[in-house]
Amino acid sequence: MIYLYRTLSMLAYVLLAPLVGGFLAGLDRKLSARMQGRMGPPLLQPFYDLAKLFKKQVLAVSRYQFMMVASFLAMVIGTGALFFGGFDLLLVFFVLTTACMFFVLAATVTNSPYAELGAQRELIQMLSYEPMILLTAVGFYMANGSFRGVDVFYTDEPAIVRLPGVFLGLLFILTIKFRKSPFDLSTSHHAHQELVKGVTTEFSGVLMGMVELAHWYENVFLLGLVALFFVSSAWWSGLLAVGAVLLVWFLEVLIDNTSARVKWNHMLRSAWIVTAVCGGGNLLVLEIIRMLF
Amino acid sequence: MPKFSKSPWVMHYDGSSCNGCDIEVLASLTPLYDIERFGVVNTGDPRHADILLITGGINYHNESVVRQIFEQMPEPKVVVAVGICACSGGVFRDCYNIKGGVDTTIPVDVYVPGCAARPESIIDGLVQALDVLEKKSAASAALSEGESNAQQS
Ligand code: SF4
Repeated sequence: MIYLYRTLSMLAYVLLAPLVGGFLAGLDRKLSARMQGRMGPPLLQPFYDLAKLFKKQVLAVSRYQFMMVASFLAMVIGTGALFFGGFDLLLVFFVLTTACMFFVLAATVTNSPYAELGAQRELIQMLSYEPMILLTAVGFYMANGSFRGVDVFYTDEPAIVRLPGVFLGLLFILTIKFRKSPFDLSTSHHAHQELVKGVTTEFSGVLMGMVELAHWYENVFLLGLVALFFVSSAWWSGLLAVGAVLLVWFLEVLIDNTSARVKWNHMLRSAWIVTAVCGGGNLLVLEIIRMLF
Repeated sequence: MPKFSKSPWVMHYDGSSCNGCDIEVLASLTPLYDIERFGVVNTGDPRHADILLITGGINYHNESVVRQIFEQMPEPKVVVAVGICACSGGVFRDCYNIKGGVDTTIPVDVYVPGCAARPESIIDGLVQALDVLEKKSAASAALSEGESNAQQS
């Protein structure tokens, strides 16, 4: 029975994540506009944008560009599908890293100086958040005794009870992953960036469309990761998870609108400090408790 | 399928403007006018842009730049000249370095007069540009359909 549920959940992710992701992106733009005292675009604007991108002419600057972007999209979908299928978290994170590598490659094959600089910054971003991502997997292992995502449904209490520090650390690096200010160094959805559009500078038409789509898939997966902290065997934990996800999304939009972009060394330093203090500290305490009792 | 013109991404280029028109273009993004209501995104990347919005006339230095930006934009694309300088050269018309309006270098679809052009008329011009964009996208869709038909037969 559980296998049926896992397959269904994977299928649901592949089919519904673009809808949820696009809707969240629309909510983001609407919320941002409201925070700035504007009306903002229609809620469905991201879908209009995507439809347009798929219809526009593609000016490919390299013959490998399409392959790289398509691989990026496929790997991101794979990451989310494995995650929502309840597979091993380590496997999920490794596939995610591979996906990001394809994104970086897609930018570097264009030979555009802006895209290349964006790609370098993307690598630095990965360097900043990877340790925390790995600590998250380790944290789940220490809390639930298993790396498998599906095992959270067999626990008596949500993982957040044992992993508050890991959760805070993850929250910090999520801003990097969502490409929100102050950590939107490699590419940004705001106008006027010193790197034109960074990694995505040379993507036109359907290429850009696929990148957008991949980001929607990625966002839903990341929010799923947030939800994982709140799910347990109790039925009400689902409601708790949905509430937490919405709150995190709101916080991300708020941070995006109230902070300015920082330099890469500041991002790297702060991300690693937070990882060590919040994530590392939390795991240390868990280990000490385990040894004492 | 939603209309093409529901998602106009605009690239703003300052030709030889006195900056008066640029301020007004940015004013259209502020809470009072808020052109993002129409889905307008102000992008700095010609590869992502649908509408090229130029303020100020063309001079002999930026002529090649404007042409290059135009060529880097994927089809369908629309050019909007904002301000009388961009339309015809305006007060700078007889300067030794000025070539003239934007249409001396690239084809212009919508002319927005005014010195400086008011945000209301800029928005008006953009909305007209949306119509042109829609027509061009329909035309290019028909063209590519014709091409694929020709390939099949
Ligand atoms: S039209 Fe007037 S305000 Fe606009 S750039 Fe020319 S001189 Fe300046």
